[in-house]
Amino acid sequence: MPVAETASGPVWRLRNRNQTLARWFVWLLGIAIFLWCWQRISDATTWFFVWDAPRIAGDILDRATPPRWSYIDKLWVPIWDTLNIATLGTIGALVLAVPTAFLAARNTTPSALFVRPIALLIIVSTRSINSLIWALLLIAIIGPGVFAGIVAIAIRSIGFCAKLLYEAIEEIDQTQVEAITATGASRWQVMLYGIMPQIMPAFAGIAVFRWDINIRESTVLGLVGAGGIGLQLQASLNTLAWPQVSLILLVILVAVVISEWVSAKVRGAII
Amino acid sequence: MRVPGETQTTLGERLGTRWRRPPLVQRVWLRWLLMIGFSAYLVAAIASVEVNWSRVYEGLERGGAFVMAFTSPDFVSRADAIRSGMLESIVMTVASSVVGILISIPIALGAARNIAPLPIYIVCRGIIALSRALQEIIVAILLVAIFGFGPLAGFLTLSFATIGFLSKLLAEDIESMDRSQAEAIRATGARWSQWIDYGVKPQVIPRLIGLSIYRVDINFRESAILGLVGAGGIGATLNTAFDRYEYDTAAAILILIIGIVMALEYISGIIRARVQ
Repeated sequence: MPVAETASGPVWRLRNRNQTLARWFVWLLGIAIFLWCWQRISDATTWFFVWDAPRIAGDILDRATPPRWSYIDKLWVPIWDTLNIATLGTIGALVLAVPTAFLAARNTTPSALFVRPIALLIIVSTRSINSLIWALLLIAIIGPGVFAGIVAIAIRSIGFCAKLLYEAIEEIDQTQVEAITATGASRWQVMLYGIMPQIMPAFAGIAVFRWDINIRESTVLGLVGAGGIGLQLQASLNTLAWPQVSLILLVILVAVVISEWVSAKVRGAII
Repeated sequence: MRVPGETQTTLGERLGTRWRRPPLVQRVWLRWLLMIGFSAYLVAAIASVEVNWSRVYEGLERGGAFVMAFTSPDFVSRADAIRSGMLESIVMTVASSVVGILISIPIALGAARNIAPLPIYIVCRGIIALSRALQEIIVAILLVAIFGFGPLAGFLTLSFATIGFLSKLLAEDIESMDRSQAEAIRATGARWSQWIDYGVKPQVIPRLIGLSIYRVDINFRESAILGLVGAGGIGATLNTAFDRYEYDTAAAILILIIGIVMALEYISGIIRARVQ
């Protein structure tokens, strides 16, 4: 037990001297790294603009209010597109994520040595790249439009859905699977009757959860040209039409809140 | 998992009838309504998506070229741009994570109903809701408009997003903590700050560390796209590479991003296993 010797006898300490010094050193290193990072950001910043920022912010706020309500007529189609991008993208992602998850789960993969690492690589690589980057890429490949957005959302969501799903598969109750196997069921029948019923609630939860996230992501896909309400946002920003920007932001906010509410309700009903 | 009391038929009724798999949605009318409504929506949605198949077909060749580029990524010809972009992304990630975490701790304390009085609770929950409702990229657009181009806007965006994420999860953890430990500290006559330090902090610190590392991971991923709207980071380099159809450079950047994210996930796995 580390103690400190004082004039009035030993006093309890949480750590001995070396531990304390080591901790101080780690803290010092951390602070030094942070300050270095801050220095770099500061060097790359035009501070004149920053000191001017409150005035600019007030100016933008002044221009952006009130929102141009009549512009909503031109937003219904983009809103519908955004909803479609999110929903169809989620469906596409789930179609691709289910086989990936079965290949990635330890207890269902055909080969833990060869197939599983590939499935895990698919999961990591699709997850670590943002949907906007996927959209950029797909626009370069298949041209701008809603379709590129759908594919971008679908690819981006594979990793997320497959990861949660394969964790659910790995947590299933093995006795049920064994019981089905004992009846002489084939591999597919085991999957259908032994595994599927156990992961269905998790699957539905994941689907709705990801749909909610996808609504958020699809609202900004238009910034790079992949359809949806983001296209209008980009156009309004380019023409500095701030009243339209504020209306679009309001619409996005409402869409996000509604989708979150729907997803919470559905997940509450399932789980 | 099934709702209890769904099919309360007796064994006598069941005997002789063929077994069926129980459906996911129990109520028959709701099941049909959901199925018909969803199919109708799907038809309408697919019909409204215009796909220029000839354009897609033309693009497949370029898609193939891009996939092939992953086999020969080009780290060299734009090495300077990649290095400075990556460094800027990492710098933004580190700085915004530190600031975001530092700010989110007091907000999390304020947003935990068992610690904060109602007025503070409402204000802190409001901040969290605002931060969560606005996506990073939209915040970045607004901040670039206000603060000008550069990593400062990206840094502020990520800090703001970190606050919403971390405060919410941390507040939930504080709300579900073991009251008796905190009560025991209070019973010794501890001040409020001592109560937080010895009663609350030890219970939530493992979760805070785990969440913080996870957020660093997210911040890095997000910092890769902030460059698209001029908020600094590797995104600008990546965008340029796509615009010039330099797929090998783009592939190199994507490989770097994936590699760093994988490394971060691996490290965070180790650290989380150690603190929990």
